[in-house]
Amino acid sequence: MSSKPLKQIHLAAHFPGVNNTTVWSDPAAGSQIDFSSFVHLARTAERAKFDFLFLAEGLRLREQNGEIYDLDVVGRPDTFTVLAALAAVTDRLGLAGTINSTFNEPYEVARQFASLDHLSAGRAAWNVVTSWDAFTGENFRRGGFLAQEDRYERARQFLNATWELFDSWRGNEIVADKESGVFLRDPNPGRFDHHVGEFDISGRFDVPRSPQGRPVIFQAGDSEAGREFAASAADAIFTRHGTLEAGRAFYGDVKGRLARYGRSPDELKILPGVTFVLGETDAEAQERALVIRRQQVSGQTAIKLLEQLWNRDLSAYDPDGPLPEVDPLVGEHTVAQGRASVRMHRDPLTVASEWRALADAKKLSIRDLIVEVTGRQSFIGTPAHVAEQLNEFVQTDASDGFILVPHLTPGGLDEFADRVVPLLQERGVFRTEYAGETLRDHLGLAPLSVRAAAAS
Amino acid sequence: MPESPQPDAPLPDERGLLHLAVALDGAGWHPAAWREHDARPEELFTARYWADLVAEAERGLLDLVTIEDSLSLQSAHPFEPDERTDQVRGRLDAVLIAARIAPLTRHIGLVPTAVVTHTEPFHLSKAIATLDYVSNGRAGIRVKVSGRADEFAHFGRREAPRVSAEDFDSPSGQAALEELFGEAEDYVEVLRRLWDSWEDDAEIRDVATGRFIDRKKLHYIDFEGSRFSVRGPSITPRPPQGQPVVAALAHRGEPYRLVGRSGDLGFVTPHDSEHARQLVAEIRAAQAAAGRADETVHIFGDLVVFLDEDPGAAADCKARLDRKAGAALTSDAAVFTGTPAELADLLQEWQRAGLTGFRLRPGTLPYDLEQITRGLVPELQRRGIFRTAYEASTLRGLLGLPRPANRYAAGAVDATAALV
Ligand SMILES: Cc1cc2nc3c(=O)[nH]c(=O)nc-3n(C[C@H](O)[C@H](O)[C@H](O)COP(=O)(O)O)c2cc1C
Repeated sequence: MSSKPLKQIHLAAHFPGVNNTTVWSDPAAGSQIDFSSFVHLARTAERAKFDFLFLAEGLRLREQNGEIYDLDVVGRPDTFTVLAALAAVTDRLGLAGTINSTFNEPYEVARQFASLDHLSAGRAAWNVVTSWDAFTGENFRRGGFLAQEDRYERARQFLNATWELFDSWRGNEIVADKESGVFLRDPNPGRFDHHVGEFDISGRFDVPRSPQGRPVIFQAGDSEAGREFAASAADAIFTRHGTLEAGRAFYGDVKGRLARYGRSPDELKILPGVTFVLGETDAEAQERALVIRRQQVSGQTAIKLLEQLWNRDLSAYDPDGPLPEVDPLVGEHTVAQGRASVRMHRDPLTVASEWRALADAKKLSIRDLIVEVTGRQSFIGTPAHVAEQLNEFVQTDASDGFILVPHLTPGGLDEFADRVVPLLQERGVFRTEYAGETLRDHLGLAPLSVRAAAAS
Repeated sequence: MPESPQPDAPLPDERGLLHLAVALDGAGWHPAAWREHDARPEELFTARYWADLVAEAERGLLDLVTIEDSLSLQSAHPFEPDERTDQVRGRLDAVLIAARIAPLTRHIGLVPTAVVTHTEPFHLSKAIATLDYVSNGRAGIRVKVSGRADEFAHFGRREAPRVSAEDFDSPSGQAALEELFGEAEDYVEVLRRLWDSWEDDAEIRDVATGRFIDRKKLHYIDFEGSRFSVRGPSITPRPPQGQPVVAALAHRGEPYRLVGRSGDLGFVTPHDSEHARQLVAEIRAAQAAAGRADETVHIFGDLVVFLDEDPGAAADCKARLDRKAGAALTSDAAVFTGTPAELADLLQEWQRAGLTGFRLRPGTLPYDLEQITRGLVPELQRRGIFRTAYEASTLRGLLGLPRPANRYAAGAVDATAALV
C-alpha cells in the first residue's frame, strides 16, 4: 500500500453545449437560453460544492453542406454577460468562460475579466481558445486574418499582453481618504507599454487590480503547440482525454512539460470533459446509456456525423441501411464548418475502413455504427460504482478532476449532485464545504503576486 | 413572453407623464463627491455598491439607469489622461455591472454605456441580447464614440483622428466627426440586424424531423460597410424585447442624426427651455429625414443635480465640493441646485419644450439619488406627472415602445404597418 495522501478531486459543471451530447428532444429538456436554466445548473453545482461552472463558446453558428446546422441545439448567450449575472445568484462557485484570443483585443478582454473578477469577488476563469478560421472571421472587423500555424503565437502574445494589463495595478493604489482628499497613492496607476508581435499598445489600464489578480487561466487544445502553451501559462487544462489510458498518457505528458517553465506539477490541473449515466444497478445504467445514445444520434444526426468523416454529401443514404460504398473525400474539409471536432479525425480512409469492418462484423446500420463509435459516455453505473471510477481516475493520475457534461439542460446534474457527490465526500476526496473564497482557493492554486517584470 | 404595449402614444406622453432616468457614474458627477460623508469610495469596485444604487432607483420607480463607461481612466482633461490623485480613477465594465445587477432587480431598465469605436458589433450585440435575457426584457445600450488618442493607443489598431476639442468645426474636425459617427451608425445597424437575425419562433424542437431550429428563420445579415463587414446570424437568439433600446448622448449635429436615424432614446444637454426646444426640433427633423416621423423616439434632457429639501442646502453642498475640488464644477449639462419641488418646476417647464423625459446625473451618491427617489418622485407624483407603480415589465414597455416586428420575418412589412 502506498502511503501517498489521497488527492482531492476537482469538479466542474459544463453547461450543455451546441453539439449532439445535449439531448434536446427529451421531454425533460428545458431552455438552452433562458437565464433560469443557467441559474438552475449553477445553483446545483454550488449546492454540491463544485469548483466552477464552465461555458463553451463558438463565434459562428455551425454549418454543414453550406447550411446552418439544425439538428443540434443552436444558440448561446454571451459568455461574459451571463457569467456576470450568475455571480449575483451564487456565492462561491467559480465562473469559467471560453473567450477566443483571435477575434478579441487584449485591452477589452482584460477589462472584462478584471470586472468579472471584481463583480464575483474573485471567481473568474478564462478558457483561452484559439479558433482562427476565416469562416468565423466573417463576423468580425478583421475577418480571417490569422494563419492556422500562428494561432498559439497570437494566443501567447495576447495572454502576455493581458497579464501586463492585469499587473499594471498592484492592488495598493487606492487610498480613498476623504479627510486628506487622496484617492490614489500613485499618480500613474495602470501604466503599460507593450510592443510585442501582434500587439503595439500603450497607455493606462482602467480597472484596478481584481481579487484574484487575474482570472484563472484554462487551455483547451490538444496539439503540440497547445500543450506547450498550457504548460507555459495555464492553471488548468480542459481536455478530451476521458479514458484511463489516454488520460494517464496525457497527464504524464503535460505535467512533464512544466519543469521547463520552472513550474511544479500541481500548478496545472488536468480536467477532462466527461459524461456520466447513473442507474440503480450497473445493468440499468447501461440500458439508460444506450437509450441516451440513441437520443443523441437520431437517424438524421447519424448521416450528418458520417458526412463529417466522409467529407461528402450523404443525404441520399438511409440511416438504417449499410455504410456508403464510396470512400471519404480526402483533402480540405468542405462539408462542415465551425466545429473543432472536425479537425480531430485521423486519416479518414483508415477510419472509414475500420468502421466498415466493424459494421460488417456486427451487422450495424449507419445509425447503429455511429451510436457505437461516437461519444460513448465516460462513466456508467450505480452512484457507488461511478464514485469509485472517478476516484480511481484521479488517484491514479489520469486527471485532477472532471468537467462534467450533463446531457440534459438544466436538470442533468441534479442526480449526480444528490447521489454521487456525497459518496465522494464520504471517501474524503471531495470538499464538504468551500474552504476559501476565490476560484484559485478552490483549485488549490497559490495567490498571485504582481509579476516582477511588471512591478519593476 | 414580454408584453407588447400599445403602439405609439403621441409625444409627449398623452397622459402628460414624464420619464425619468438616473445616470450612475462612480461616486457621483461632482469630482469631489467621493469625499462626502455618505460616499462609499472604497466600495466602487464591488457588486454591492452598484446593487444598492440600482435598488434605490427601482424603489423610486425610475424608467432606467444608465451606467457610464469608457475605454480609459477618468480624466479631468476631456481628451487626454491626467495624473490627478484627488479624484476617483478606475472603473468596471458597464455591461457587466448591468448584468450583475439584473437578477437583483425586476422592473427598472438597465442601460450600460459601450464605446463603439474600438469594439466588435458582433460581441456587443450578443452581450446586450444576453443582458435582455438575464433581465427578462430590460436591456438597453447607450452607444458612444471615442476620438481620444489614448484610447486608440490602448487598441493599437489604427490611427486616432488628429483633432482637438477646439477644432471640431474645422474641415478636418468635421471629417473626423463624420467618420466616428458614421461608424457608430453602421455599428448600430449591425446590432439591430443581428438582434433580428433569429425570428422569434426559429426554435422548433421538431422531434419527427430531428430539427432543433427551422433554419429558414435564421438570417445572414450580410452587412457590408466601409469599416467592417459582418455576416451573421448572431449566435444568440432574438432577445425578449426583440430590439433592446438604443440610446446616445447627443451634443451636435452628427449625433442628432444618429439618434434620429437609429436611436430609440437621445440624451441632450439644454441650458434653458428655449434651447431645449431647439434641440428637440433638430432631432425631430433628423428623425423625419430618416423616414421615422411615425416612430417613438424619446428625447431626455440631461441635468446634473444637487438636491435638498432645505432651501439653500444643495447649493451649499455644491459650493463645499467645489472648494474641495479646487474649482467650480463644469459640465456639458446644466447644473441644478435646489429643492426637489424647484427641480419639478424646471422639469415641467422643459417638458413643455418637447422633452419626453430627463436623465438626472446625481452630483453625489447616494445622497442626490435618494433626493430624487424620495423627494422628487413623490413631488412629481403629487403633480400627476409620474407613474405610481411600474406599468410594464420591459424597458420598451416602460418607454411606450412597441415590441417591433422582425425585419427579416415574412410579412414583417405588414406587421409594422399594423402598428402605426
Ligand atoms: C475539450 C476542448 C474544448 C474546447 N472548447 C472550445 C470552445 O468552447 N470554443 C472554441 O472556440 N474552441 C474550443 N476548443 C478548441 C481549441 O481551443 C483549439 O482552438 C483547437 O482545439 C485547436 O487547437 P489544437 O490544435 O491545439 O487542438 C476546445 C478544444 C478542446 C480540446
